[in-house]
Amino acid sequence: MESNSLIINLKNISFSYSADKLILDHLSFQLHSGDRVGLVGPNGSGKTTLFHIIMGLLRPSSGKIELFDKPANEEKDFREVRKKIGLLFQDADDQLFSPTVLEDVAFGPLNLGKSPEEAIGIALETLARLDLSGFENRITYKLSGGEKRLVSLATVLAMDPEVLLMDEPTNGLDDETEEKITDILKGLNLSCIFISHNLDFLFKTTDRIYAMANGKISLDEELVPHPHIHVHKFGRLPHEHKS
Amino acid sequence: MIEEQFSTGNSFVHSLDPRVKIIVAIFFSVVVAVSSNFASLLPALALSLFLIILGKLSFKKVLYRLLLVNRLILFLWLFLPFTYKGEALFKIGPLVGTAEGVLYASQITVKCNAILLAMIALLSTTSVFTLGHAMGQLCFPDKIIHLFLFTYRYIHVISQEYYRLINAMKMRGFIPRTNLHTYRSYAYLVGMLLVRSYDRAERIHKAMICRGFNGKYHTLSRFSVKMGDILYLSVMLAAILGLVILQWKAIA
Repeated sequence: MESNSLIINLKNISFSYSADKLILDHLSFQLHSGDRVGLVGPNGSGKTTLFHIIMGLLRPSSGKIELFDKPANEEKDFREVRKKIGLLFQDADDQLFSPTVLEDVAFGPLNLGKSPEEAIGIALETLARLDLSGFENRITYKLSGGEKRLVSLATVLAMDPEVLLMDEPTNGLDDETEEKITDILKGLNLSCIFISHNLDFLFKTTDRIYAMANGKISLDEELVPHPHIHVHKFGRLPHEHKS
Repeated sequence: MIEEQFSTGNSFVHSLDPRVKIIVAIFFSVVVAVSSNFASLLPALALSLFLIILGKLSFKKVLYRLLLVNRLILFLWLFLPFTYKGEALFKIGPLVGTAEGVLYASQITVKCNAILLAMIALLSTTSVFTLGHAMGQLCFPDKIIHLFLFTYRYIHVISQEYYRLINAMKMRGFIPRTNLHTYRSYAYLVGMLLVRSYDRAERIHKAMICRGFNGKYHTLSRFSVKMGDILYLSVMLAAILGLVILQWKAIA
């Protein structure tokens, strides 16, 4: 694929769950291959809805969706697209439904038509990439929150997507796990969109940050240098702030 | 939480092909359920006890499980002897217990316990997931298998949700009493659980669709039939056939 080709092209997308409020209001958005985009916005501003529209889980009431240079209107079109775009859900319990980690990670590759042996190979390889070797026979619902997040990332990466959509990947993680996930995501050579309220995380993992408000999406590229003064207890003790 | 207490072990029964166990369990329970005579029910009970011994299961834990079910059967003993028509066997005040009623109740007791013991010995010595996959290989309908596996996976999540809601109620001073407020609160709780489970199911389905799911559930498990499996299956099917013959002779 040529570099910088247009992967996601949304034109004038509108969507609403109820008649009185538009969640997406004539929203337009483009993602080129190699783009790493962060998406911020208040709760309920339609960020997750946007992801679901890209994946074809929800259909817009008006507007056009083009994915990989092809119009996507029907379930059939999106089926092809889902092989190339991976979506990580907010709640890992929604993503991990198989009994064991290995089966869950192999689920995607099996759906793509791989043989069980190939699927097991891919699953083990992906787990190793994420430093999860030895997890394959663990029971998914008995994993800790951080482990669940990492395993769900593995389930998406095992499908070898070209684009990665992640919905609040650092939500509810401790510092250590957050750092681990940040490092992994920094190292991935994929186009991606990350929804997050965690600006530190977005600065580290993306090149551009868009803001969503009032059903529209906008790019705020101006850099505003600003010093911080902050106050907290025990501030006299020498300490460091990670950023 | 559901614990699969018996699913791990190193006995002969544990090492059997799960498909063989499912087949034996189905035949055994159907034959015992339709049997109506002690001539076949008692050997069936003995057979199921033998299976438990073969599985090297802890008698204490098995007994505990049996007690749970037999509490229900206790109610049958309270009512059946007095409501079944037949010859009077004993009297308690104005109540007359009939011989036929006692016989009927004891038949049900033996039946239930025999089937239950066999199920413990055969099915609970396999993990739920292996069972699901074995069902798949035995050509059970996909929908039943999905229902079975998903129920098991998410019952835990739903029970967590239940405890979260119950705790939230307790935190705000909820004490169950016999009044409308209590009933209404419990109704809300159940309604909330239903709605949340529905939402969860929807999200899981979406997550599966995103990973290329189109209704066909592929599995990684491969089972292989060993000599021991064939031997076990033949012996068990012969024994079950024996039960059928015993029942046949008893009614003929």
